[in-house]
Amino acid sequence: MLDDFLVRSALAGIGVAIATAPLGCFVVWRRMAYFGDAAAHAAILGVALALAFEMSIFIGVMTTAMAMGLAVSSLSQRGLSFDSALGVLAHGALAAGLVAAALLTDTRIDLMAFLFGDILTVTRTDLLVIWGGAALIIAMMLWRWSALLTVTLNPDLARAAGLSPRREELILTLAIAVTVAVALKVVGAMLISAMLIMPAAAARNFSRSPEVMAGIAAIIGIASTLGGLQASIILDAPTGPMIVCVAAALFMISLSLRRLTTQ
Amino acid sequence: MSLIELENVCLMRGNAEVLHDISLSVEPGEIVTILGPNGSGKSTLLKAVIGAIEPSHGKIRRGPQLRIGYVPQRLHVDPSLPVTVRRFLGLPKRISKAQAVEALDRAGVPELAERQLIDLSGGQLQRVLLARALMDGPNLLLLDEATQGLDQPGSAAFYKRIEQVRNETGCAIMMVSHELHVVMSASDRVICLNGHICCHGTPEIVASAPAYRELFGTGTEGALALYRHHHDHDHTHDHHHHAHHDHKAAE
Repeated sequence: MLDDFLVRSALAGIGVAIATAPLGCFVVWRRMAYFGDAAAHAAILGVALALAFEMSIFIGVMTTAMAMGLAVSSLSQRGLSFDSALGVLAHGALAAGLVAAALLTDTRIDLMAFLFGDILTVTRTDLLVIWGGAALIIAMMLWRWSALLTVTLNPDLARAAGLSPRREELILTLAIAVTVAVALKVVGAMLISAMLIMPAAAARNFSRSPEVMAGIAAIIGIASTLGGLQASIILDAPTGPMIVCVAAALFMISLSLRRLTTQ
Repeated sequence: MSLIELENVCLMRGNAEVLHDISLSVEPGEIVTILGPNGSGKSTLLKAVIGAIEPSHGKIRRGPQLRIGYVPQRLHVDPSLPVTVRRFLGLPKRISKAQAVEALDRAGVPELAERQLIDLSGGQLQRVLLARALMDGPNLLLLDEATQGLDQPGSAAFYKRIEQVRNETGCAIMMVSHELHVVMSASDRVICLNGHICCHGTPEIVASAPAYRELFGTGTEGALALYRHHHDHDHTHDHHHHAHHDHKAAE
């Protein structure tokens, strides 16, 4: 069954959709979209460094994404003029990554694949990495779910309940870094935060509890993956962007359904 | 022994020292009110008590029995986060429906359990926060401008509830406020804060202290200074009725 590239692609996409659903909810609730973007933009630098030093790409990407996440969260804590600093960091990392990819690697790497994903060439090893990473993210989310929710609602309340907001934020940063590394092959660095935000935002319109929202986000994410895969084959269009297009369409549909039901 | 004791505590916010050389303690069952103008470090002080900020100097000693319930200044819930009141009360530790309803009942809002947090009015949200703070049976309740955004009858009712809670449970209360006339009649002790402790004591002592007069008295020509509250009518007017207040203050 795994010999079929379509089956492997679908499984890879489903793994990513399941992992990004609960994490994406936190990204939406905490308004961290910028954060996902910055971490994802750093991924290209991670790819270049990993290739140059002959490391695993997964490790390289995760490390740079994590470093970017830590840099961004320490900036936000100091309350510096955040917006422009973030732009400098995120796009600086992306540009540095593109330059490093050209300079450091002997063979020309397929930048398009890293920028926009290459789900159709997923190998068995990739699948293992994707599902392993996804399992890690889900485990972290399950383990810290209540604590993360409390911190998201109000850091001081969390503190009074004996939690450490700083620690929970670090766990989120780590989870986002793993997500970037896992999703890179599927949707590419430029579209990772779309997979975090769109299913969660679409799910909001049908949810009355945080858990339901995460569950519906997973379903919408899986539907986007399978729909996008199908559409890209029919239309002979790039798969990663197609998946994101379907997710965006589902978001629009959820919005209009919401309008209809509340009127 | 005291529930909590601060000894020569200094607190920083960023690179600025917000509070200097604060020494105070809270005894079981007493109501302590902290008064001060905006930026005087009131909220910072409460945050140090819950442990969100470490003092740059001095010591905070917490009694072995200390259980803190905390009502924050306001709770901003992002509209993207769907959560019912009951679920909110069960964070981070899950509770049964009966426990949730009982906690809400104690705060006077048993009917809110299944409502979405973002649909609550300011007053309802304040009651829910109070219910949450009382859930674990605290012996020290911290209130940070808990009546901000409530009208005067609303905040008077809220403080009446607080006093009831103290009388029923023996829980000590430490609150930050600027609503002098409503708050102070229920306080055992008032601490007047402006970067440091300007004066402290019973409401009467503080009210007649020159430092307090300077902080609240002169700038407003006495309009905001303490007067004893007359409970035989409702105060539905707002703070800006200077003439009326002056008249009261002069009594």
